[in-house]
Amino acid sequence: MVNKKDYTNGLPDPSSLKDEILKKYPRKIAKKREKSMVINDPDQDQEILANVRTIPGIITQRGCTYAGCKGVVLGPTRDIINLVHGPIGCSFYAWLTRRNQTRVPEGGDNFITYCFSTDMQDENIVFGGEAKLKEAIREAYEMFKPKSIGIFSTCPVGLIGDDVHSVSREMKAELGINIFGFSCEGYRGVSQSAGHHIANNGVFKHVIGNTDRERTGKFQVNLLGEYNIGGDAFEIEALFEEAGITLLSTFSGNSTIESMEYAHTADLNMVMCHRSINYIAEMMEEKYGIPWVKVNFIGADSTAKSLKKIADYFGDPELTAKVDEICGREMAKVKVIADVVKPSVEGKLAMMFVGGSRAHHYQDLFAELNIRVVSAGYEFAHRDDYEGRKVISSIKIDADTRNIEDLVVSKDEAHFREDLVEKKETLKKSGYNFSDYAGMMPEMKKNALVIDDINHWETEKLIEFYKPDVFCAGIKEKYVVQKLGIPLKQLHSYDYGGPYAAFGGAINFYKEMQRMLATNIWKLVDTPWKHEPEIVGSMTIEA
Amino acid sequence: MLLKHTTDQVKERKALTVNPAKTCQPVGAMYAALGIHGCLPHSHGSQGCCSYHRSALTRHYKEPVMAATSSFTEGSSVFGGQANLMTAIDNIFGIYEPEIIAVHSTCLSETIGDDLCQMVAKAREEGKVPFGKHVIQASTPSYVGSHVTGYANMLEGIVKYFPEKTDERLRQINLLAGWVEPSDMRELKRLVGLLKVKSVLLPDTSDVLDTPMTGKYEMYPKGGTTIPDMVSMGDSMKTVGLGDWGTRKAAIALDNKCKVPFDIVDLPIGLRASDRFIQALAKAGKVSVPESIADERGRLVDAITDMHQYLYGKRVAVFGDPDNILPLIEFLLDMDMKPVYTVSGTPGKAFMKRMEELVGKQCPEAKYKNGPQADMLLIHQWIKQEPVDLIIGNTYGKYISRDEGIPFVRMGFPILDRIGHSYFPSVGYMGALRILEKILGALMDKIDATSPEESFELTM
Repeated sequence: MVNKKDYTNGLPDPSSLKDEILKKYPRKIAKKREKSMVINDPDQDQEILANVRTIPGIITQRGCTYAGCKGVVLGPTRDIINLVHGPIGCSFYAWLTRRNQTRVPEGGDNFITYCFSTDMQDENIVFGGEAKLKEAIREAYEMFKPKSIGIFSTCPVGLIGDDVHSVSREMKAELGINIFGFSCEGYRGVSQSAGHHIANNGVFKHVIGNTDRERTGKFQVNLLGEYNIGGDAFEIEALFEEAGITLLSTFSGNSTIESMEYAHTADLNMVMCHRSINYIAEMMEEKYGIPWVKVNFIGADSTAKSLKKIADYFGDPELTAKVDEICGREMAKVKVIADVVKPSVEGKLAMMFVGGSRAHHYQDLFAELNIRVVSAGYEFAHRDDYEGRKVISSIKIDADTRNIEDLVVSKDEAHFREDLVEKKETLKKSGYNFSDYAGMMPEMKKNALVIDDINHWETEKLIEFYKPDVFCAGIKEKYVVQKLGIPLKQLHSYDYGGPYAAFGGAINFYKEMQRMLATNIWKLVDTPWKHEPEIVGSMTIEA
Repeated sequence: MLLKHTTDQVKERKALTVNPAKTCQPVGAMYAALGIHGCLPHSHGSQGCCSYHRSALTRHYKEPVMAATSSFTEGSSVFGGQANLMTAIDNIFGIYEPEIIAVHSTCLSETIGDDLCQMVAKAREEGKVPFGKHVIQASTPSYVGSHVTGYANMLEGIVKYFPEKTDERLRQINLLAGWVEPSDMRELKRLVGLLKVKSVLLPDTSDVLDTPMTGKYEMYPKGGTTIPDMVSMGDSMKTVGLGDWGTRKAAIALDNKCKVPFDIVDLPIGLRASDRFIQALAKAGKVSVPESIADERGRLVDAITDMHQYLYGKRVAVFGDPDNILPLIEFLLDMDMKPVYTVSGTPGKAFMKRMEELVGKQCPEAKYKNGPQADMLLIHQWIKQEPVDLIIGNTYGKYISRDEGIPFVRMGFPILDRIGHSYFPSVGYMGALRILEKILGALMDKIDATSPEESFELTM
């Protein structure tokens, strides 16, 4: 593949591409899609249409509410039985497929390797499934003795009127363990995003604040929106440990419900994936006074910045010195590898369409290798993830969003941290940035094409136009793109590689880009006889 | 331990399924529809269904798997999904230009009572189906049966639509394939070719889910049963269905519609099921079996007799789909192995009866079960009670295999962590040889890894 366009004066204007994409659509759809495709100008406040319904028949990347709730947010937690109430498929497809790694201490529970389902049959649909759900909870408790059970509703559940919340309350009383339900039926929202919100609400209501714990460290933090795909959380945890920062709880990579229960005793919440977890961060601040900051541990520079931001928050000279020492040492290691990899990948073109934060975070890693990101977008993000949190108040609440409960949170007087509120106010005066996320678009180059909820047709046209060197998306897109002779890096599952977070992860990612971009394997695609003159047939064996 | 909470205490369960040996109908419907040429499967339900099914099939095949969805919202779930389906049909023909849209339902659309038949008819009436294009449908409620049922229902949907009976009688047979791999489809066609029988194979996922790397992406690859071939099935002499669960419904539907008589035989997995397949084909096509097929069979039997000492008496645990594992169990028994534990999540009374016939005399200690609670937790518990020498099943078996230190052969759906199933068949005598090779490889690798140094063998 040769990149025919000249990138020396910035990215090419993709207006013609946009027109060509839209031409294929019926007028109504073209009008809608037009608003979800923005030719970026970081100097302007541009609006993108996001978090709206996918048009039926359009081949989308998106999944459902259940996937966001059970698969993403609760899936990585090991000491809870996640019981899926519904026909068998929903639980089956979410069984170990997201690669949430977990490290189980001796004697600790781990149910992640298991798949639990009520396996609803037609009689349960006709006569209701509550009795079966109760029986399944009893059977699960009897066999496995878990400390908590989460109940996840699939599409038919809400429709037939099964009340998973009342069943949960009843069984909680009967069995004496924590049992709570989620109304995360697949159709509830326009994408996984609705499921994130529902999961946040459930965890906030039923888990956070259940137990108090004495301080175990000087600097106590929670990490929100890090799911330990491919061991990312292990990399981050190691850094905290070395720096002397006590990570109380992660939502939810390598996590336990037990640790989430005392998450409210932290001094700071760090938010990685803003889209999937900002609700908990906001609600914890309202209830407990714990401030939150946006961090990013994808990319070596971002990791260093994030660590320093935490040190600045605590303002402890010893901690600051330790963080500086770690960053200095690790950045030097990273630079060695970057210097080796860069010459073979510099100037290459990347595009990424994934998630609600990864399509932004990974741009930092590409920037470190001088790889150009020509186009990017999210699968299920909202406008604030593109344009920054400043637009939240101007986002119109549509019917699909109204479906999801917005919890009314009040102050927990016994646990509220006035000291942290004061600390926040003081730091804010010195320019420290709290509760903010600038979004993807201000940080992207001029003329980069930003597309929300990209679909198959648009993907094909994009590749035709840019001829990128690497395309980042998920499993459904992988082999389509690779058939076109372009390597695809999965940023959901990491292609069963990783970790890519923090300094060690950055090194892994650089090496991975070298593998993918410097290989000659794609040159073997054409047959050697393709460019030769046709062999002339002969009736005799002599030439 | 990966499955650290599993014990040998089997308790009867009525409501809870743990580690299922099945999944739901729509993924089977999607797979079957991919086996017809120029077809875009369409999932009438929430986006998640379509996304999960595409992901599962993609991970299994490492190939593009395209399908569209009606993208239900709360509104469509209350008021019905007709408007969504109409929009979808419009958009799919307009943007993705398939020849055929194969719509299947989901638990969501079934629960709210969406009638696909009526909706598709309405789409036709309203001119949403362009001339020469087709929309077919299958009802595939996820709360009935399993992925195998969905496959069977889509196959039935296809034969209810395309085959036509004319005055012409064609000297060809219809071959309805149960759920097997593209490699198997290719092998079935090769065997039919050796027999010199003209046939139509339906569905046919070869050249669809095993396409070559060319630097081009074809949304509708060259494989798949074509429309003219499907239409001609109504004039065939006979239908041979391979696998009761996967093909009986379609065979009956075709008989009802076009009066094409049918035989159902097992999927040709293993020696004797392949024998029956060859004989059924020879009978249906009114041909004799060529020497070359007898040679293939002979090579298989030769290898089995050569390696008998490593196979004899070995205890095996098998999980998977009934059409695939019943003939496999027969094959294991033919090799003097002992299929002591078998589970299949797919329901159907015939399973227990067939198992009884198969293992009754030869392996009376065998435990087996099918249906909702016949899951991988149960088979693991049985293994904990008394171990086996080999596990055969889909990729999820690797967790049991590692915990218990038991050799493992991957067969079934899905296989997520190895390649090969798309390229090398498991059907026919050559397929049986491959199964044998894999079984021996797994058993011998363990011997090589664990035998004392003094008895480490060079030749086996």
